[in-house]
Amino acid sequence: MNLLNKNGVPSLEQIKSRFPSKELLLTPKAITECYEEIPCNPCSTVCPFDAITIGEDINTPPVVDFDKCTGCGICVYNCPGLAIFTVQENEEHLLFKIPYEFVPYPNLGEIVHAVNRNGEIISKAVITKVQISSRQDKTVLLHVQVAKEYLHEFITVRRII
Amino acid sequence: MTNYDLVIIGGGPAGLSAAKIAAEAGVKSIIIERDYHLGGQLVKQTHMFFGSEKQYAKTRGIDIAKILVNNVMDYPDSIEVMTNTTVVGLYDDMVLTLLQNESYSKIKAKSIIIATGASEKFLAFENNDLPGIYGAGAVQTLMNVHGVLPGENVVMVGSGNIGLIVSYQLMQAGVNVKAVLEASPTIGGYKVHASKLKRLGVDILTSTSIKKAIGKDKLEKIIISKLDNDWNYIEKTETEIETDVLCISVGLSPQSRLLGMIEAKMKYVPTLGGLVAVINKHHETSIKNIFVAGDVCGVEEASSAIVEGCFTGLIVSERLGHKHQNHDKLYNDFKSQLQNLRSGPFGKKTRTGLEELRRDEFVK
Repeated sequence: MNLLNKNGVPSLEQIKSRFPSKELLLTPKAITECYEEIPCNPCSTVCPFDAITIGEDINTPPVVDFDKCTGCGICVYNCPGLAIFTVQENEEHLLFKIPYEFVPYPNLGEIVHAVNRNGEIISKAVITKVQISSRQDKTVLLHVQVAKEYLHEFITVRRII
Repeated sequence: MTNYDLVIIGGGPAGLSAAKIAAEAGVKSIIIERDYHLGGQLVKQTHMFFGSEKQYAKTRGIDIAKILVNNVMDYPDSIEVMTNTTVVGLYDDMVLTLLQNESYSKIKAKSIIIATGASEKFLAFENNDLPGIYGAGAVQTLMNVHGVLPGENVVMVGSGNIGLIVSYQLMQAGVNVKAVLEASPTIGGYKVHASKLKRLGVDILTSTSIKKAIGKDKLEKIIISKLDNDWNYIEKTETEIETDVLCISVGLSPQSRLLGMIEAKMKYVPTLGGLVAVINKHHETSIKNIFVAGDVCGVEEASSAIVEGCFTGLIVSERLGHKHQNHDKLYNDFKSQLQNLRSGPFGKKTRTGLEELRRDEFVK
């Protein structure tokens, strides 16, 4: 039974299928959590490095060439489904770049809740950059520092009120 | 009575796109729009659209509306626009009756494109007329066009794309979405929309529907119940949810009533959303020179409505003796765009619906 179709939460197996091997995460990489055949292709057309392939049939889910992907994050704020983020692993932390569409958005240095795909708070996280420009069309790119154990759990942040 | 080569009924994505292509081909047209402004339902869509670049993917709906309206405004000499005007009569001799500010007028057309879109379906349950119970589209208009929140807490009925998107937009506006109910065993809309909601902590309850609404002067709470595979309520699975707003998003029906006035051949095709005109492959109805485009001939996404509008505009231009200079190239391009948009699992309803419709085709 595919639970994604029942509650909107992909399985760990589905999630892992979108990640590259750990060694490649020394530099940031785009993770495309787009498991379904829907007619959509902006991620592949906006990528300046031709790292995301969809092809002629725009219903084909995206495939990332991790050798070409630089983790720049352009696909993250251009994905209409907010289904892409980037992640990088350094010695101490995970560094995510996630799309964020709520106001007011968090501030630089702010401590926020780290949230998983079920909407549950799993930990704390730190905002290390708040990236917004006119070409992002109102979708903020939040740079978030998260503890290393949450590689396959972390998905978004929630402000601590 | 003024004569027009082309009258386009409806200034949404399909109508605007048709007018633009027709103007490029040298056809003069008039767009009749019921609302105070052009753009149709796009004007309240704050999310980025899917599809490909040709249908303005990754652009927010409200900005797509601006692009399509500007495209029309680029042809002030060819395209006339009448807003706040309802077509109340359509006759066999191509005469249309218009109602604007309580005054009637008549116009005559050589050809007509009906691009009236679709309207929301409603749901039958006890007390479904209590204040606080809305269609999802109404909530979106209130919130995104007029800046008015519908209430504090919302339960959404229906997990199609509209239900999921409006739920997300309610959360963005600071309204608490308590749950999304879905009568089927699986989520109706795109899973990426469902995942966006779930990570905000909003649960989508499948095989579940509303049983009744409770409240004295306005909605106070609802009773929900689990459903079996035949959509019957399962006894003793009832739960109560306190909420001041209930939002109904259980699908759309084509706005095809004008076609009933001219006795166009119609067919009830559930996969297209309900009663639609039987059309040939060029979107022409059984009444010569009357065409349809967009949701009125089968409920889909706005991206398909844009392409259908372009396609129909192209066909009508040729009929009127103004063949577009890129006719053949555009014809194939629009056809392949539609095919591409419809080729995945979400396009299956439209594909089977169109096949069913074609079986009744009166012209080969």
